[in-house]
Amino acid sequence: MPRRTVYEASIEYMQILDEHGNLDEKLAKDTLSDDDVVYMYEHMVTCRQLDEIAFKLQRSGRMGTYPQNKGQEAAAIGSGFAAKKGEDWLVPCYRENAALYMHGLPMHYILLHWMGDERGNQIPDGVNITPISIPIGTHMLHAVGIAWAMKLRKEPRVVLTYFGDGSTSEGDFHEAMNFASVFQTPTVFICQNNQWAISTPRESQMNSETVAQKALAYGMPTCQIDGNDIFAAYKATKEATDRARAGGGPSFIEMVTYRLGDHTTADDARRYRDQAEVDAWKEKDPIIRTRLYLESRGLWDDDRQIKLQDRAKTIVSEVVKAAEDIEKPGTDDFFDHMFAVLPEHLIRQRDTLRTSSIGQNPEQAGLRATPARV
Amino acid sequence: MANLTLVQAINLALTQEMQHDDRVVLLGEDISINGGVFRVTEGLHERFGSDRVIDTPLAESGIMGTSVGLAIAGMRPVPEIQFEGFLGPAYDQLVNHAGRMRVRTRSALTIPLTVRVPVGGGIHAPELHSDSPEAIYTHSKGIKVVMPSTPYDAKGLLISAIRDPDPVIFFEPKRVYRSFREEVPEEEYTIEIGQAKVVNEGSDITIVTWGAPVYQCLAAMDNLPEDVSVELIDLRTIYPMDIDTVIQSVQKTGRCVIVHEAPLTAGLGAEISSQIQESCFLYLEAPVQRVAGFDTIMPYYKLELSYLPEAPRIEKGIKECLAY
Repeated sequence: MPRRTVYEASIEYMQILDEHGNLDEKLAKDTLSDDDVVYMYEHMVTCRQLDEIAFKLQRSGRMGTYPQNKGQEAAAIGSGFAAKKGEDWLVPCYRENAALYMHGLPMHYILLHWMGDERGNQIPDGVNITPISIPIGTHMLHAVGIAWAMKLRKEPRVVLTYFGDGSTSEGDFHEAMNFASVFQTPTVFICQNNQWAISTPRESQMNSETVAQKALAYGMPTCQIDGNDIFAAYKATKEATDRARAGGGPSFIEMVTYRLGDHTTADDARRYRDQAEVDAWKEKDPIIRTRLYLESRGLWDDDRQIKLQDRAKTIVSEVVKAAEDIEKPGTDDFFDHMFAVLPEHLIRQRDTLRTSSIGQNPEQAGLRATPARV
Repeated sequence: MANLTLVQAINLALTQEMQHDDRVVLLGEDISINGGVFRVTEGLHERFGSDRVIDTPLAESGIMGTSVGLAIAGMRPVPEIQFEGFLGPAYDQLVNHAGRMRVRTRSALTIPLTVRVPVGGGIHAPELHSDSPEAIYTHSKGIKVVMPSTPYDAKGLLISAIRDPDPVIFFEPKRVYRSFREEVPEEEYTIEIGQAKVVNEGSDITIVTWGAPVYQCLAAMDNLPEDVSVELIDLRTIYPMDIDTVIQSVQKTGRCVIVHEAPLTAGLGAEISSQIQESCFLYLEAPVQRVAGFDTIMPYYKLELSYLPEAPRIEKGIKECLAY
């Protein structure tokens, strides 16, 4: 036969909880308990509150540019819930606040980061998270490297990495996918396909029908799910983490969701997308459907909702206070972490805050005789 | 003590560091089964296996980016980029991630990473196999830049680099890889990163250089009149630079020629020259001279010796500086 098919594939789509709060009981079996769903719902609402307050902080000049997470909480929470706290790693971009918070990152760190303070990236010991990553698509290679170390040391730990649909156009994405697949690292690639990369819609970003099919080229298990469905997000991620933990290598999950807000507070999405599209997606808001589901199970009511919202407001106002109350760092701060041991010229620059020749005359500059901080 | 080439000294340092620290892993293109295109990693695959001497896909950013991840997770990756001309695709991961991670996390995450890169011209190699980009990585903050010129220094500096808690780019001058042998102790030793070496003491003029041009400078010195006393300094580490050794020397001699393969404009000669005028203003007997690569694209190898700072051009620079 001169011509034959050498490869065939298909992409499976999964939805368990639809936008009206209806659950596919069969698919939901052995996934999330009632308590789990309540826990996740509470986190989603709290992080939505953070998001709204962060937006207001920026608008009132108390914080710099901020990217809202609104609408994508289920993808973050559902996937993050499958990660083992203190064991597994999360390697995020910047629209997964809910996952980071649930994985142990103090919430005020997120605000500190966007307030222009590196201490927001000073991840506490024992919290396995890399900092919010601003450049697009470069951090998935770090996720593969961390996962590779786990594999080399035979530790049963996995790494979840988050990125958007736009970042799958970057070369580093493909290098990360290829390395993960060649070396079978325990990495779970989670694409939050929120339809827009700033102003570029998904269909202008790529000519493939799904993002998920990109993983086929790397021989990687892949699927597409409803990213606004915590059950599907959890189930797909749990299957991927179980496989990775058992030595089955990397997986890819495309979570179809929608960025309800602007790209960042510096963006105005009205310039490039229709309100009708946004309105249609508002109906699919993950928080609405999770609440509908909880109510249908008799697990939620208006009273509990009011109490939760009060609690969320308290938590977030304390977080804002923590972020705003922290004392501004001194200028030593941006010198002291350049290296484990500072070279002499950096000590001189730090202690004199001068770069010119006269200032570098130690007698005139009144140099402090302090050693580098390790 | 054995008589080793630069290649063999580096191989010995890698072997010994891998032996005593199982966090050290080597990764790169063709480094494992094949032992690297310059055979620097020859025999290491047989000794340490393919989990520690790893042939990667052909993707420099992938090599550097996964090395950043390995380092975050507590390994000590030693990636090889096959030639300096292929550092381009890895630049983002090296400079924007490896170099910044400590600072942006306020030391919560650190990157103990040593990138080995063959560097420089003079070996009749194809395009993009002969450049000298050390100034680029010196200007990019958060990375230490090392370039030894002898087998002895290479071993001690590479061991220091691998043990360093921060990213180090370790440039290996290809022209010196097999150009001569010297005694290299079998036992492990370190040479502190950031210390220059006075190759030859002198009192009339200072020459500052690093990497392969050290030997062109020595050849130029041979042609000078016998009564000219030259102090030759091999920087060995480019960042952080041991500028004190340079300054002390120039305060003694009053004259200085800086020699490097990289292009002249905004090259390291400019930085060194500026620091000399800051600290030696009243000592200088002549303007600081620079003998460097031209501000052109490095030519293919038929003309490479016309581009490189070869001994006759260095000799001329020294004589002009002395005659000023």
